[in-house]
Amino acid sequence: MRQRQESQAARRAREFEAFVAGAAGRLLHAATLLTAEAPDHNPRARRLLTLALTHTYACWDRLRGEDPYDRTRQYLANRFARAAWHQYGGFGRSRAHPDSPLARLAPQERLILVLRLYEGVAEEQTAALLGLPAERVRAICDRATTTLLHPPRGPAAAVAKPKVAPS
Amino acid sequence: MNRAEREAAARRIMERVPPQVPPELYGDVLRRGARRLRRRTLTRRLMWLVLCAACVAFFVWAMTARPWVEPPSQTTPPYTGW
Repeated sequence: MRQRQESQAARRAREFEAFVAGAAGRLLHAATLLTAEAPDHNPRARRLLTLALTHTYACWDRLRGEDPYDRTRQYLANRFARAAWHQYGGFGRSRAHPDSPLARLAPQERLILVLRLYEGVAEEQTAALLGLPAERVRAICDRATTTLLHPPRGPAAAVAKPKVAPS
Repeated sequence: MNRAEREAAARRIMERVPPQVPPELYGDVLRRGARRLRRRTLTRRLMWLVLCAACVAFFVWAMTARPWVEPPSQTTPPYTGW
């Protein structure tokens, strides 16, 4: 019994190390895009990735053929969505770094843009993951793409402020 | 510019500068993950223990109180002196 557990732990460590070696770079890039930090200074993205990989490690034996990369990405996206919801307009924590290519976008726009274009997740899956209608995901993705390609004039920080919708 | 071209351009912008993965990340993940697994095992054992204790307590109470036995009647006097 003990021997079996030890061999299982060794196998898990081996497989997990191979997975991290292959996936960590891409996932860290995605996380850095999400948090809109500079590529060489990204503590929030690292923390996000550490938590997501910890989750994957803890449920590694119960994956049952599911893709660990997919699982980690889901956890990362959900965690970022939750954190963005709680920190929206918070003190300096969600301030975008001007070096990031997505600095002008809102957290939700960044999330959808990264999932749809950088990670290549299908529209329906993104919608299901975030609990939004697919049309809304498409609209937000289009808007974010336009903002990214044709940045409006003015300082980047102006977009980060919460705007009151005129009624 | 059509939709595919716009998406490809956005993808190129996003893929420009990949960040370096810090070497301590893997060790950190392993440490946290092992801790979480240990805690989960501990919690599971504790729950089983509580469940077993509750079962034993119920059994002992049932054996002593015997709630299924009809209680002796309180209204009719004992039928004696016939």
